[in-house]
Amino acid sequence: MLTLNHFLILSFILFSIGVAGVLLRRNIIIVLMSLELIFNSVNISLAAFAYYLQSITGTVFVVFNITVAAAEVAIGLAILVAVYRTRKTVYVEELKDMRY
Amino acid sequence: MEQIFFYIFAIVAVASAIAVISVRNPVHSAMYLIVCFLQVAAIFILLRSPFLAAVQVFIYVGAVMVLFLFAVMVLDIGKESFGEHMHSQAIPAGITVLGLLAVVGWLISKGKITVPLGKYTEEVLTKNTEVVGKSLYTQFIFPFEVVSLLLLIALVGAIVLVMKEKGKGAGSTRP
Repeated sequence: MLTLNHFLILSFILFSIGVAGVLLRRNIIIVLMSLELIFNSVNISLAAFAYYLQSITGTVFVVFNITVAAAEVAIGLAILVAVYRTRKTVYVEELKDMRY
Repeated sequence: MEQIFFYIFAIVAVASAIAVISVRNPVHSAMYLIVCFLQVAAIFILLRSPFLAAVQVFIYVGAVMVLFLFAVMVLDIGKESFGEHMHSQAIPAGITVLGLLAVVGWLISKGKITVPLGKYTEEVLTKNTEVVGKSLYTQFIFPFEVVSLLLLIALVGAIVLVMKEKGKGAGSTRP
């Protein structure tokens, strides 16, 4: 029998992997991918709560969450392309000046 | 039976997530991320939400990952040189992640559900898409409109950000 804890632990492991990716990687594209992993883990736990509490709100929230994630990726990659054009780098520790 | 499938999906998802943050080539990372997203879609089906699984496949695997691959190809990043793909801050990151694991693992093992259960039982959720659609257009109509506005803003913003200014040539986005 699957319980809520199964899904929460899976979601939490994925969340930790995403946080590790954000903290460890230098390439800003991989950092954005790790952010997507974090979004997904949160979506799993919202859907699990929706199922086990027999409420539809969690499911609807996941739909909104996916929409916001899509918007975030569009803006994030646009900023990334603009930054790469001016600085010619994608490594996070080289992107430390606010002005250009 | 269900449990076996859950463990298969969970193990593949975690393994591909680890691969995402550890391989060196960004294109390979994107491929592993697609595998991870598909496993998450399967887990949504285990949670009796086929609508979410479909949305996950359409938006994440279909749109978001194509956008990522497009960015990787456009920027022409290629392979990073050996040993340079990680920060020098591995120790603080490890401490952070382990602390997170400890705290949230403790919370999960201690937590109990105390709220009353809602009315969406498994029989109601067999018509998952219908139920989600109805509540999306009645109870949650205001957030729905706000989110549509957000998508419009993201669309316009992305275009403005990557637009080259006329007469200045490449490399001159506005300050």
